[in-house]
Amino acid sequence: MRFIFKTSYQQDIQLARHGGHVFWYGLLLWGLVTAPWWLQEYWLTQLIFVMIYSIMGLGLMLLAGFTGLFSIGNAAFMGVGAYVAAVLSAHGTPFPLTLALAAGLSALVGAVVGLPALRVKGIFLGIATLSFGFIVEEGLARWESVTGGNAGIHVKAMVFGSWKVDSAASFYAVCLGVTVLSTLFVLNVLRSSTGRAFVAIRDSEVSAQSMGIHLAYYKTLSFMLSAALAGVGGALYAHKMQFISPEQFGILQSIDLLLMVVIGGLGSVHGAFLGALFLITLPQFITLGKDYLPAVIGQAPGLQSLVYGLVLIAFVMFEPMGLYGRWLKIRTWFELFPFYRKGMFKRQKSFQKSDRLK
Amino acid sequence: MSDILLSAHELSVRFGGVLAVNKVSFEVQQGEVFTLIGPNGAGKTTVFNLISRLYTPTSGHLSYQGRALNDMPAHSVAAAGIARTFQNIELFEHASVLQNLLIGRHVHRHTGFWQQMLFLPSVRAEEISTRRKVEEVIDFLDLQHYRDTMVAGLPYGIRKVVELARALCTEPQLLLLDEPSSGLNMEETADMAFWIQDIQKDLGITVLMVEHDMSLVSKVSDRVLAMNQGEVLAVGTAAQVQSHPAVIEAYLGGILDVSAFKRETTGAA
Amino acid sequence: MQVLQVIFSGVAQGCIYGLIALGFVLIYKATETVTFAQGELMMLGAFAGLGCVTYLGWPFGVAVVVSMLVMACIGWLIERVVINPVLGEPAFAIVMLTIGVGYVARGLVTMIPNIGTETHNLPVPYADISFQWGSLVLGATQLVVMASTAVLCGLLYLMFKYSRVGIAMQATSQNQLAAYYMGIPVKRLNSLVWALAAVVATIAGLLLAPITFVHANMGFIGLKAFPAAVVGGFGSLPGAIVGGILIGVVESLSGFWLPEGFKDVAAYVVVLLMLVFKPNGLFGDNLRKKV
Repeated sequence: MRFIFKTSYQQDIQLARHGGHVFWYGLLLWGLVTAPWWLQEYWLTQLIFVMIYSIMGLGLMLLAGFTGLFSIGNAAFMGVGAYVAAVLSAHGTPFPLTLALAAGLSALVGAVVGLPALRVKGIFLGIATLSFGFIVEEGLARWESVTGGNAGIHVKAMVFGSWKVDSAASFYAVCLGVTVLSTLFVLNVLRSSTGRAFVAIRDSEVSAQSMGIHLAYYKTLSFMLSAALAGVGGALYAHKMQFISPEQFGILQSIDLLLMVVIGGLGSVHGAFLGALFLITLPQFITLGKDYLPAVIGQAPGLQSLVYGLVLIAFVMFEPMGLYGRWLKIRTWFELFPFYRKGMFKRQKSFQKSDRLK
Repeated sequence: MSDILLSAHELSVRFGGVLAVNKVSFEVQQGEVFTLIGPNGAGKTTVFNLISRLYTPTSGHLSYQGRALNDMPAHSVAAAGIARTFQNIELFEHASVLQNLLIGRHVHRHTGFWQQMLFLPSVRAEEISTRRKVEEVIDFLDLQHYRDTMVAGLPYGIRKVVELARALCTEPQLLLLDEPSSGLNMEETADMAFWIQDIQKDLGITVLMVEHDMSLVSKVSDRVLAMNQGEVLAVGTAAQVQSHPAVIEAYLGGILDVSAFKRETTGAA
Repeated sequence: MQVLQVIFSGVAQGCIYGLIALGFVLIYKATETVTFAQGELMMLGAFAGLGCVTYLGWPFGVAVVVSMLVMACIGWLIERVVINPVLGEPAFAIVMLTIGVGYVARGLVTMIPNIGTETHNLPVPYADISFQWGSLVLGATQLVVMASTAVLCGLLYLMFKYSRVGIAMQATSQNQLAAYYMGIPVKRLNSLVWALAAVVATIAGLLLAPITFVHANMGFIGLKAFPAAVVGGFGSLPGAIVGGILIGVVESLSGFWLPEGFKDVAAYVVVLLMLVFKPNGLFGDNLRKKV
């Protein structure tokens, strides 16, 4: 068991809380940095996808997990970022500028999408964001002069001035850099007053207001941040796929993102990464498992859909804290061994009660 | 001479057909403990909600430190120096006690979003000074033991204290306490009485509270206002108000002439 | 006139949206949870009808009744197995659960060899009948849709307002614990509501089948039912139908007057406007938390 003896407030503020953190995350970082040397190209590509989806997952986690704003339209922001990257790369714009513009434009769209959030809550907000998602998707398809419409658009390789990024390893390095920076930014926001304001809004809007938190400002900020992160992820996605079309940014992609944060564990930064890892590796497992199943099941086109649905249901029913929650339980079991009690993380059984009042 | 900190003049609010608060007028002086009493449904919490701007009055005037409060947005009230606790505890359930209290310091922040995203040294310094202030409140209310516990797992009495602590973290001049002793046992209520007295004398904060427990009211209040059905019945010291006939009637019902119901006793046994 | 014809088909389409929305609102009124699975239930209902008529060779009327019974059981089962254990958890979680149910339904149907991936035609007895009224052509298909919707809506409204079951359902949605204390069989009621919603979805599916044909992705139309429910006001049964019709008509007219592409997003633009100007919808309740 680890007992942390605290002697200064710094220890509660800094990101790495104790030696163990420093060691393990340092090891992880070192492993990631050296990955191009010891990882096969196929797995490197998968890792790139994990990172791209993690960035978008961070955005949605911030919005839904930390601020409690339920958004079913985040793929729209991803689409905006992706198309900005596609259009600017055709002009040879240096990537840092592309990234900044993608984030900026997505953030602006996020602010607009966030306007209903100031008036409606819960499922109504979900429906509003869903509607925006459809409208943006249709808009991307109709604005053919810029986006090439439903036929899609090719994305040229990213450039940093004179250096063209055209190898898997260099693309991986760029992705890793962007992911690390995004994660640091999000962690910084979460440990300061802005992050606390988000959590306050999630848990009790009324008392958040009484504590001086300007609801409209922070909700809009949350949407803008989430959209900016999704835009960054979208830009990287566009460069990776090298060809994008509006249908990739529709309702199914939005639900994938939601699936990711729910399965990863709502309300934790780790959850975004675990969820992304899960989302990218699940199809691999399905492909592997196909050979062991009878042909009727294994080769059927609906298998992926079925497995996704079953996994989602299983997680919501049996592991509502998600993958990160399960990891916490396992870690606590080892930390407290042999004193772990079965009901330690059990949610109190609650009865459904209406929040409505006539 | 104490100045008037908060004044309500002919304050009224109507919800649909219900007149919840009807021409209520009172003044709270700086440094006093002013209590609102009255039966359930009298409109006391509604008055609080009007002061903290969760509702807007349909008529009448509210002013705080001479400034009009009628149009102030709800989130500016804390910055103006008014803090409150809630009747049904409104804490941030999925955060620790410490995080709840740190949120209470929100009005005193000086760094903006961009500085926080980059976690500049100014942000770090602000975090440390915020933590220091919160620790002072924790010491004041003896919450050290619960610092890192999730609020959702705390017993009711401790949650009330955490709500009080969170309100104190905003460094208010006026503290609105909504039924601070409801749900507390005798010892906890006695502690609450001491804390309210300390808040008034040591911290110099003016307290406006809604309360049902008459012993607590008598112990700490300077002045009391009795309400019933949205209207003011009486204002004065605790003893004066408690013996006011209208107040007694509101709580216990009037003295009816029941002689007609008395059984006739005949002369013979 | 052509505009009237467009409006007529819009009303018919809107009734379908309204029927699916009716299912949502039913479940919301009784359990205050939102379900994204109505579209897929509708798709399953249509396939059930298809199975009865085309593969078992039963007459259409029998097929309708059998499909309704089968889907009622499926709705009951879904509630028992999947929804009941998680009632009381945050709304977000339950929504994700119903999305999962939708995925499972879609996956299972697609996996049926040969049938799942094809588009099928459901032979209905009124498919080719149409009436002439002035210059309008009124297809029997669309008239049947409108009539069924009106009848169903009326029945459900009466149930909720006057029957003990309906009032018990409303009580359960407002305070489940209190409902238990009052002796209301909460679990049974919840399952009943889901069964009822599944039946409504089945009717919607069977009515829609002649118009869009039966295929595994039919359920995506269900997404348009959300705007219908919101426009009507989320707790109101007649509101769901009115909202649906409104959306259907706006959609039809957009397709007629506005350039291409607007038809698909018309429903969503309407719902956004409604959320801005009247978030509680046309017939909805005022929602506000009391502190």
